[in-house]
Amino acid sequence: MIAKTLRPALLAVAITVFASGAALAQKKYDAGATDTEIRIGNTSPYSGPASSYGVIGRTEEAFFKMINDKGGINGRKIKFISYDDGYSPPKTVEQVRKLVESDEVLLVFSSIGTPTNSAIQKYLNSKKVPQLFVASGAKKWDDPNNFPWTMGFLLDFQTEAQIYAKWLMKEKPDAKIGILYQNDDFGKEYLRGVKDGLGAKASSMIMMEESYEVSEPSIDSHIIKLKAANPDVLMIFATIKSGAQAIKRTAELGWKPLQIINNGASFVSSVMKPAGFENAQGVLSAAYAKDGADPQWNDDPGMKRVYEFLDKYMPGADKTDGGIIHGYGVSQTLVKVLEMCGDDLTRANVMKQAASLRDYAPDTLLPGVKINTSSTSYAPITQLRMQRFKGEKWELFGGLLSRDAQRE
Amino acid sequence: MSAAEEVVAEGHQAVEAVPKRAMTLGTGTSLVVLAALVIAPVFVKNFIIFQMTMLLIYGLAVLALNILTGGSGQFSLGQSAFYAVGAYTTAVLMEHFNINYALTLPIAGVVCFGFGFLFGQPALRLSGVYLALATFALATAMPQLLKLNFLEHWTGGVQGLVVTKPDAPFGLPMSQDMWLYYFTLVVTIAIYIFSVNLLRSRSGRAFMAIRDNEIPASAMGVNVALYKTLAFGVSAAITGIAGSLGAIAVQFVAPDSYTITLAISLFLGMVVGGVGWLPGSFVGAAFIIFVPNIAEGISKGLSGAVFGVLLFLVIYLVPHGARQVAIAGKSES
Repeated sequence: MIAKTLRPALLAVAITVFASGAALAQKKYDAGATDTEIRIGNTSPYSGPASSYGVIGRTEEAFFKMINDKGGINGRKIKFISYDDGYSPPKTVEQVRKLVESDEVLLVFSSIGTPTNSAIQKYLNSKKVPQLFVASGAKKWDDPNNFPWTMGFLLDFQTEAQIYAKWLMKEKPDAKIGILYQNDDFGKEYLRGVKDGLGAKASSMIMMEESYEVSEPSIDSHIIKLKAANPDVLMIFATIKSGAQAIKRTAELGWKPLQIINNGASFVSSVMKPAGFENAQGVLSAAYAKDGADPQWNDDPGMKRVYEFLDKYMPGADKTDGGIIHGYGVSQTLVKVLEMCGDDLTRANVMKQAASLRDYAPDTLLPGVKINTSSTSYAPITQLRMQRFKGEKWELFGGLLSRDAQRE
Repeated sequence: MSAAEEVVAEGHQAVEAVPKRAMTLGTGTSLVVLAALVIAPVFVKNFIIFQMTMLLIYGLAVLALNILTGGSGQFSLGQSAFYAVGAYTTAVLMEHFNINYALTLPIAGVVCFGFGFLFGQPALRLSGVYLALATFALATAMPQLLKLNFLEHWTGGVQGLVVTKPDAPFGLPMSQDMWLYYFTLVVTIAIYIFSVNLLRSRSGRAFMAIRDNEIPASAMGVNVALYKTLAFGVSAAITGIAGSLGAIAVQFVAPDSYTITLAISLFLGMVVGGVGWLPGSFVGAAFIIFVPNIAEGISKGLSGAVFGVLLFLVIYLVPHGARQVAIAGKSES
């Protein structure tokens, strides 16, 4: 009797054990991931000298809230833990150690800044915690051999400059080039890229290199100096304020060289408009992301989703802020990677999936620009399109220019 | 006395005269604190040990400022510059010359002593807020100096330098963090004892005589110029050693780590801990490390404002900082 009643019970137990055993075999977790939650860590400068970049962290937080409201990723909610580091490397180390050792996050995502990320790179790699989609334009994040747990996101400045140089070699091989650059790491990386791109012809094509300090209130004197050398191409590698000044001053002097300005200083609302649309006609640049202030994207399905998200989750946000576009694109890419991970939410699998992105196009990237990564290429964005300023917006022209084509 | 002289005399009262006995803790309390510091790491996570290490390091830097301000009555908003020189000395020696980390500490101390002593020479002519301004200029200039082109080969420019964290020696079974904590603790205790003895010595009395009033001090035969620069040198040396330890603990140096914000934090730590009260330096260090985190926990968007309110409360309720709390506690018991 007893045996008879016990038998189904035992069978049930056996089935349960077997089933859960099978389930365990499928689901694999490292610290920071469970059946219901994925914990993601981040540091951003919400205070201090670089606090304008804090908007990236706030956009990411809002984006993950939207994902959670839609049901999360494979049923798991994202817990986004973002700390303020004030752009100070020692504080970044403290906060990241807190994220890894106390909050036990699965990965550190989109931490902002070059010095801040340099400070934590060695630590995260020795702990084997992914340092994913670093928000910095330095070239050093694409180094899978030495730092297999670190991956960048942006197209690096040097490659962007090389692309301009190659384009000039092809379209205007007898160009006489004047270069205006910011005298810091950022500007120098562009200068290096141009010289690399021109190769042996660099010394004959570059007539003048003129640098300015980021603290200078006006760059007029530098533009006048450059004009005196009379180059027919002016390359401007600057930040927003100085970029606008350079374009405006050149026009005011009645000087009409072919102008090329770096992507980071090509925003319609903060550079082209202050410089004066009439002065900016014909300026060249290159881009990989859509500009939120550019009316040509008003009917673009991707940007429509961005605007819907902003209306609902970040009401009152400045749509023209490049930081918001970046924050949206990088978060969407992370969600894609986590979806690809399925139930294997280990740190190793996160890196493996992040290095297996194929032709992925977040809503914010230009038509044709796609994200591709592999175990030997940890640089998600490697493509650009040239654009020319016409009327009140940028017009794309030519096909895709990619880093890999430059390398050949 | 003319009106101008009256103002000068008031300026000297800015730093309150603290008797030298009141500058330290009693033996019993010291032993309890020491025992707590030795045992605590066994029970906590590596991350907390790291924070405790940073507390000792910032504590040392505040202590150095306390000797300068609380001891000899001179203000400095330039401590971040000395901290940076110490940190870079250690980083460059360790990474470019492969010198053992422990040996880089005294070298950093000597380099910073020289640097502080030299800076103290022209600074002698300034007093009170003018000296504070001169040192402020030093703190503002330092991050840019570190980025200079011809130094870039050594300093790594904007990118900074990554420092290798030392393992525990002799195969001791402890983590890098725990080893570094005990190493820092030993250095801290040594410097603390040195500082207490310094202030109790003839030199310490000279410092305090200058702090209280320069004119009678020189009338009594104290070489005011020498002792003022000496105070600068000692303070810079200790700050430099704190900077070296900081570089090893954080494993990274970059110009952006040593901005004027750091100098102000250290100054703030000194005021919160109690000017002239050496143990308060560590209370002040705890304040500058943990209170910003608490403020962020209360409101991310308004962390700066919350920090300001907390700071305001401390200054309003206990204007003499931790020292006042300690004295109140003593008189009640």
